[in-house]
Amino acid sequence: MYLRLIKDIKQKLAKKKSAKIAILIISIFAMASILAFLSPYDPNLIQIKDRLKTPSLKHIFGTDLMGRDYFTRILYGGRVSLNVGFLSMIISTTLGTFIGAICGYYEGILDSVIMRIVDILMCVPSFFIILVLNAYLEPSMTTIIFVIGFLGWMGTARIVRAETLTLKNREYVLYAKNLGMKDLKIIKKHILPSILPVILVVATMSIAGAILTESALSFLGMGIQAPSASWGSMLSKAQKYIGSDPYLCIFPGFAILMTVLSFNILGDIIGQIMDKRRS
Amino acid sequence: MYILRRILQAIPMLLIISILSFALMHLAPGDPASAYITPKMNVEQVLKIKKKLGLDEPVYVQYFKWVKNIARGDLGFSMTNYRPVSTLIKERLPLTLKLMGAAMLISLIISFPIGLYTGYKKNKSVDKSVTLLSYIGISIPAFWLAMMLIYFFSYKLKWLPIMGIHTLGKEDSFLDAVWHSLLPITVLSIYNIAIYTRYIRTSTISQMNEPYILTETAYGFSKLKILMKYVLRNILLPIITILGMSLQNLVGGAFITETIFALPGMGRLGVGAIFSYDYPVIMATTMLIAILLIFGNLMADILYSIIDPRIERR
Repeated sequence: MYLRLIKDIKQKLAKKKSAKIAILIISIFAMASILAFLSPYDPNLIQIKDRLKTPSLKHIFGTDLMGRDYFTRILYGGRVSLNVGFLSMIISTTLGTFIGAICGYYEGILDSVIMRIVDILMCVPSFFIILVLNAYLEPSMTTIIFVIGFLGWMGTARIVRAETLTLKNREYVLYAKNLGMKDLKIIKKHILPSILPVILVVATMSIAGAILTESALSFLGMGIQAPSASWGSMLSKAQKYIGSDPYLCIFPGFAILMTVLSFNILGDIIGQIMDKRRS
Repeated sequence: MYILRRILQAIPMLLIISILSFALMHLAPGDPASAYITPKMNVEQVLKIKKKLGLDEPVYVQYFKWVKNIARGDLGFSMTNYRPVSTLIKERLPLTLKLMGAAMLISLIISFPIGLYTGYKKNKSVDKSVTLLSYIGISIPAFWLAMMLIYFFSYKLKWLPIMGIHTLGKEDSFLDAVWHSLLPITVLSIYNIAIYTRYIRTSTISQMNEPYILTETAYGFSKLKILMKYVLRNILLPIITILGMSLQNLVGGAFITETIFALPGMGRLGVGAIFSYDYPVIMATTMLIAILLIFGNLMADILYSIIDPRIERR
């Protein structure tokens, strides 16, 4: 079931030009951040005499205000962004799917209590909670991944719950129940596979959201800390030099835009494919 | 009845949010007293400072005191500059509300015609390019957009001011404030324009498949009239919900925009308070945002129920 579905999605994605471009861009960024160590420069080595060099053959993206090679720093920054995007997506999707499926399947008091909590969490400005948490916890990549992941499950939970509510009254689920199948097994075998496409769409888009949130946090100085680089923190340092050295702003921002854009487009196309499959 | 019930539901929500934020603040290491404590001080002096700031009592006692003061309309004093929090809010809230309101209005004005038109021209090249643009609008980091706009319009072309809300000496000039708000409002609007346009486009497409369109075409109404009169009326309703939901983005956007453009609004007050552990200001900002979001959604639901009375029975 899972395999056939993924194969089907792959085939249809291969037919869409925009999907191919999006996947290509994501793969380039992923490869670049994995192979970042091949760069001859140390991303964190300060060389003041080389500071603020404009892009040239030696430093294709120039150097920053500490004389560090900007291209190398962007490669390492991409590592942070993609890691935060993927890992916090895994946390929020797992949590959201689990909670949503349990709530939708059992309903009752547990469901109403959890759904109230979801309502409340969705009304507290999540950006504000993240800011507060980050100011108090030791800021690091792990903290950011957990904070974004644990605050991002509510949307997924709502969607999975709604889908589970309609699915659990389908005949095949009722048969399985009458045959004495255990609840958790029914959820695993009969409900989750049918929701998988929806989860896939939400998950892809939540990677985009997580990358944006991380960059905004790092920009405000509450994310990745020096000397490590993330695209957001690089932009935060570049802010003072917009007038004189605009290249410091252009490259990291463009990297964020392209990555987030690719994930959003990919998620949307998968959603469209799913809609067609259903009807 | 429905409206009353919804308003009553909002109160426990606000209480829980306040408890959550209060607990969160106090669980964290570091507190506002640390700004006044130097290594030379002895334990007594430290306690004295904590007492002065009201930090010597157990957290739940502090919370109850805070609730009691709030009930009397007393928001407390800022721990960094000792000014009343209510004064700080009175100074800063209007600007943020104006920016958010203007952004919302402009987003609607721009996205309605574009959304209707691209929905009508579904899958034509206009539609495809607008779709790509709206993808970009959703994906672009607000702070980077702000920086790029500052670079082009303020540094390169020198058309618009770099930051602030007033030119020195022109504090009362409305035009001058508008002049300074152009870039911030643009940055705040882009995301919403993209979201609204996509939404209006999708609604228009689904409306165009309805049988009534065929009937009216058969009656010989022009396409423009059908779009403006019938389709528009039918998509206005779902837009209300989107407006309620977009408040959250606007609040997040206000934080970033005010920080970059150095605007004296609530967002900057909040970010500053977080950095300096200014408990009363953090609490006031959090609650204000929560109230704004809850009542924004409430208003959307109420409007919806007035327009479509079936909602109440659910």
